[in-house]
Amino acid sequence: MNTQTANKKQEVAQETMRITGSEAIIRCLLAEGVDILYGYPGGAIMPVYDELYKFRDQIHHVLTRHEQGAAHAAQGYARISGRVGVAMATSGPGATNLITGIADAQIDSTPIVCITGQVFSHLLGTDAFQETDIIGISTPVTKWNCQITKAADIPEVLAKAFYIAKSGRPGPVLIDITKDAQVSELDFKYEKCTGVRSYTPVPKTNPETLTAAAELINSAKKPLIVWGQGVILGQAENELKAIIEKAGIPAAWTILGASALPTSHPLNVGMVGMHGNYAPNMLTNECDVLIAIGMRFDDRVTGSLNTYAKQAKIIHFDIDPAEIDKNVKTDVAVIGDSKDSLAKLLPLLNENKHADWLQKFEDLYAIEFEKVIKDDITPTKEGLTMGEVLRQINIESKGNAAIVSDVGQHQMIACRYAEFTTTKSNITSGGLGTMGFALPAAIGAKMAAPDREVVAIIGDGGYQMNIQELGTIFQQKAAVKIVVLNNEFLGMVRQWQQLFFDKRYASTEMTNPDFVTIAKGYYIEGKRVTKREELAEAIKEMMASKESYFLEVCVEKEDNVFPMIPAGASVSEIRLS
Amino acid sequence: MNEEIKTFTISIYTENNIGLLNRISAIFQRRHINIESLTTSQSEIDGVNRFVIVVNITESQAKKIIGQFEKQVEVIKAYYHKDEDTIYTESCMFKIKSSLLFEEPQIQNIIKESNARIVTVNKEFFVLEKSGRRNEIESLRRDLNVFGIMQFVRAGRIAVTKDEMKVTEVLMAFNNHNN
Repeated sequence: MNTQTANKKQEVAQETMRITGSEAIIRCLLAEGVDILYGYPGGAIMPVYDELYKFRDQIHHVLTRHEQGAAHAAQGYARISGRVGVAMATSGPGATNLITGIADAQIDSTPIVCITGQVFSHLLGTDAFQETDIIGISTPVTKWNCQITKAADIPEVLAKAFYIAKSGRPGPVLIDITKDAQVSELDFKYEKCTGVRSYTPVPKTNPETLTAAAELINSAKKPLIVWGQGVILGQAENELKAIIEKAGIPAAWTILGASALPTSHPLNVGMVGMHGNYAPNMLTNECDVLIAIGMRFDDRVTGSLNTYAKQAKIIHFDIDPAEIDKNVKTDVAVIGDSKDSLAKLLPLLNENKHADWLQKFEDLYAIEFEKVIKDDITPTKEGLTMGEVLRQINIESKGNAAIVSDVGQHQMIACRYAEFTTTKSNITSGGLGTMGFALPAAIGAKMAAPDREVVAIIGDGGYQMNIQELGTIFQQKAAVKIVVLNNEFLGMVRQWQQLFFDKRYASTEMTNPDFVTIAKGYYIEGKRVTKREELAEAIKEMMASKESYFLEVCVEKEDNVFPMIPAGASVSEIRLS
Repeated sequence: MNEEIKTFTISIYTENNIGLLNRISAIFQRRHINIESLTTSQSEIDGVNRFVIVVNITESQAKKIIGQFEKQVEVIKAYYHKDEDTIYTESCMFKIKSSLLFEEPQIQNIIKESNARIVTVNKEFFVLEKSGRRNEIESLRRDLNVFGIMQFVRAGRIAVTKDEMKVTEVLMAFNNHNN
């Protein structure tokens, strides 16, 4: 330790204050740079809310209309900004309502810290009013969790919570704080956490693996990159771009990797997976070296593993050693931080073009365009399509909007057709597939990045799963643009029923309310579009609005999303119709 | 993918924190792996706990779950070992009616031959303790069962490995890095 840091530590020590646990919680949040948090008060967290009232000039608490909304809003905040999102709830039902958002953040590696109130410690285990074992319940879906029963533990545990949520492969952390810990006093001083001895956030990269990876890539005739969210979380967008440009490698993305590279980049060959693009899926089974970067070979990406890229050598870059060989056996595994690994890989690569190989992607894109894309985005049939809505949004946004999508057909269409110029712009529930995600996540995204256009694209099913958050949008004056693509069906399930269950539409048809009137009930300007000739103007009006705006587009009821890899089929068995 | 199912001894070095057992058992539960035995105790390092867990799985499953354990924030290091790579033992206790000692003199021979130890004797019952391999314990149980056992309990496997465990190095590296 040098003298400077020693002095600094001493200074901090001198700043010790005698305060309550709840004030300590707020001071910890401030020390971590938290400016906004999302939550819902209740009995066991009231002392903290009392402090939030006192600190209301420094920290903005957003009252959502449901704790699930708070968790998703924290996720939206984290996804667009890269900072830690914070959600707060009371004990019992308040805490359990956070769980879906926490599980979503766990599987999508989103850094959030959830703080829950808990009954007095002497009541733990007595089935007290609103007591629930939230530590037990949240264990399988958190990166870390901890219950605090003593005020004195608050600073250290919260510092650890933020450190763990953000570092390495990010994830959700839940801290449960008993009411007695909130009301009793402690000598407060805050020191940021810089390490936990049992935890290695970023494993050291073995330089030999980088050399081996470079050798394989340099000798490849038909290399293919598939990148995931690891590029965004590791802020490795520029490094990725430099690599594909230098080595002339076509690069495809998983749903959570979208926007790390502009959609218009000539080497961006589209999305992989069940409803991804034709070329990267087909050519996954033709490439000679598959370079996976910060992705985890999810089953929706790989289809049947027995027929996935069997001809290729596999290189896997990941920060999480547990991902290596989990689903796909790798030939070279480069464990480490994506930015660092890719930066070190770059000088080892030869310049290359792979012109013939790239031509194959263009040829297959032409087929997909002719058979699918053209009719999706510039349809000639009578009914409106989801694809043409996305096309109009692209025209108005010039690819600069952040697109927050829910789960289902509209999500696949949004991810397939949204144009992106900026990273961290595709916010969607990828791993968990949580319907109801988009509306609250869009609130969090808009509040974290008020200067950005945030467009939520939601189906009529998912919209009604957290429709109450219109109240939050109204109260916070969050200028979120909401597009509901209404086909009066749970469209993706209906599509499967049509394709695999002989059109037995069991419980997928929805009789919907008047969505525009509901929006107006929350004083949100809105419009319904049923005809093609109204669409362009309506989207223009929505995008021009300075305030939140609701647009319902009544689309064709029984359109299907193609291409499609049927569940359990090979990526090269992708269907265009 | 017809990999052979074998017995593996999994050793997990962890911080001594409440709730960690839950986190570890959830990893088995999610993958439908049955735990044959589980023992947790203080390890050779102060403040560090060691789980010794026996499971019957394939080696590739073993590799994958080790990754899942090490991913947990409070897990310092995890290993899996085959039987031949460990020295292991189990222990058990029998509670038996004292009268049998006199009525069935054969019991005394069984005790002697099995190297079991008498922990206590009183008028009503005596307690036997035995450490060893599972088959030795099982054979003793079968032998005594003929005469009647009041209570029987067997503890999980404990094991040390033939290889060195580099847990101290991990902790030292952390300390050096942070000082």
